[in-house]
Amino acid sequence: MREGSTMNVLERDALDLLFTSLKERGFTLVGPTVRERAIVYDEMFSAADLPWGWTDRQEAGTYRLERRADDAAFGFTVGPHAWKRFLFPPVQSLFRAERSGSKMALRPAGPFAARYALIGVRACELAAIDRQDKVFLGGTYVDPVYRQRREGAFVVAVQCGQAGGTCFCASMGTGPRAGSGFDLALTEVLEDGRHWFLVEEGSERGTEVVATLPVRAATEEEIAAAGRAVERAEAEMGRTLDTEGLRELFLRNYENRHWDRVAERCLGCGNCTMVCPTCFCATVDDVTDLAGQAAERVRRWDSCFTIDFSYLHGGSVRSSIAARYRQWITHKLATWTDQFGAPGCVGCGRCITWCPVGIDLTEETRALRALDHGAPAAPQGGAS
Amino acid sequence: MPPRAKPKLAVWKFASCDGCQLSLLNCEAELLRLAGAVDIAYFPEASRAMAKGPYDVSLVEGSITTPHDAERIHQVRRASKLLITIGACATAGGIQALRNFKDVKDFIRAVYASPQYIDTLGKSTAIADHVRVDFELRGCPINKDQLLEVVTALLQGRKPATPPDSVCMECKRHGLVCVLVAHGTPCLGPVTHAGCGALCPVYHRGCYGCFGPKETPNTASLSRAWLGLGATEDDVVRAFRSFNAYAEPFRRESEAHERVQITE
Ligand code: SF4
Ligand code: SF4
Ligand code: SF4
Ligand code: SF4
Repeated sequence: MREGSTMNVLERDALDLLFTSLKERGFTLVGPTVRERAIVYDEMFSAADLPWGWTDRQEAGTYRLERRADDAAFGFTVGPHAWKRFLFPPVQSLFRAERSGSKMALRPAGPFAARYALIGVRACELAAIDRQDKVFLGGTYVDPVYRQRREGAFVVAVQCGQAGGTCFCASMGTGPRAGSGFDLALTEVLEDGRHWFLVEEGSERGTEVVATLPVRAATEEEIAAAGRAVERAEAEMGRTLDTEGLRELFLRNYENRHWDRVAERCLGCGNCTMVCPTCFCATVDDVTDLAGQAAERVRRWDSCFTIDFSYLHGGSVRSSIAARYRQWITHKLATWTDQFGAPGCVGCGRCITWCPVGIDLTEETRALRALDHGAPAAPQGGAS
Repeated sequence: MPPRAKPKLAVWKFASCDGCQLSLLNCEAELLRLAGAVDIAYFPEASRAMAKGPYDVSLVEGSITTPHDAERIHQVRRASKLLITIGACATAGGIQALRNFKDVKDFIRAVYASPQYIDTLGKSTAIADHVRVDFELRGCPINKDQLLEVVTALLQGRKPATPPDSVCMECKRHGLVCVLVAHGTPCLGPVTHAGCGALCPVYHRGCYGCFGPKETPNTASLSRAWLGLGATEDDVVRAFRSFNAYAEPFRRESEAHERVQITE
């Protein structure tokens, strides 16, 4: 926790007042809720919509919603949705064009603004939003959809009290403790028959919201209890990734028989990129009406696993699944750093859990290292 | 722009259930606009229109199962500038291609009192096995929005936006929870061509593969995942052997698992 930031205690039963306060400020609440036997991010109306008493069990290619022994609201790890769904919508109209006589009028879509309060953003997800900020806001061309939605967002982070079976944020240096990038951060504590939240302020807006809540200053013992909760998460990480020389490892192994071995399993389905909180690729379709009087340009999420993704004149550059998997992992763990100054992976584990055949980038990296001739041999296979 | 003569559209039926033509009739409001944009010159299912060719666009439903149809499709091709197949029958032989895995004479003897009157081919085949096809629209039945997109695109002279990637891509854009990963329900989505809007996962069911194989499908890997979820070899054979049983990647996969069953 940051030096000098204010720490307050909010009792469990008062959590809904935070929701009310955000609604009164004009925010649309989105956060974790149970749907289709999973904890997804969706619109919420009150704290009652939180997954109280639910958790998840995740392994490569499997996710199961389960009951907890206690009544925790945030006692789970990241699920099938990422916040990019709200900041970078999966399908988005960009503009329309209409013909009248010999003239054509362009009508930009928008405004794209939305005022979301993102409730329950984890440390790895704050890092992912930061990575997407660099992509959409960082260069010469700023994405207006993302910008308007991002600027409007109020971020309520939640410190992880447990880690999932596929998490490895500690390896990527993105968690489990959220240090900045939020308006408020909550740590949920269930200890000695008490259930309360430590509330940390990260912005002036956050401080204003806290002023409307029935909080009291946290004691040193309470701050220590919250700290212990996050330490538990750190100790529980389900996966690890050795990041030493990662970029060079991939760049010198464009040719490696390992890619063909992955391709025997990889479905080229694109699920890994769709669930990834940092993947930003999209394509556009131009659609017209039957009479040829109106046209619309629509953007939709795309993936480097589709054959059309690398279609150039005459065909697809990456026609094999091996080439597409190599592109994906090399972008995530190596070339992203060249483009944006940090890896495209924040260690959230989604691509591992939601791959229908359980392909695990931490295992694939380990296997590639074992076959790598340009570096000292490392032991093959097995979790470290 | 100078007014153009309205393009002539024909709709043809071969061996099929009429479901894809019904998708066209289900276009409702858009159907009126379609009728405004094209001259529906031949569409026996819907009207008495029987205008003579040539036609600018022919939509062909159904597979080739009789010697007579094998002739007729050549006439349709000759009369059409653009020939578009609609649906799994026309594109892959349809559910009736299940006959291709057996001896059709056995079926005829079992079903008909006077088998000598039945004139049928040993296999149900796709239109593209007989004539050149300009565009294939997938689905059993086709999705009406995709059909409108194809017709509209061709009228405007652009490529239709009917991506050949997986149903998973649509499933994820919708924000659905994966039934395979979260429920352990076998799903064909990862090897199936998009276009339905992930209709089955919307209802928490696994995909049945109505739209046939996606581009570069890895059916062998998905079958291993199914077996891991507790599906039997027979389940795998049946899954790949439905509406698109004779689409090449699905056919090979079902045959591979049939062989496993026989050797077991
Ligand atoms: S990994 Fe693939 S989908 Fe993701 S950002 Fe990179 S190229 Fe795009
Ligand atoms: S690559 Fe995988 S683990 Fe890394 S951020 Fe994306 S989904 Fe999470
Ligand atoms: S790694 Fe897994 S999720 Fe990604 S494309 Fe391959 S099979 Fe699909
Ligand atoms: S439910 Fe089926 S279609 Fe949807 S992501 Fe999972 S495997 Fe793919």
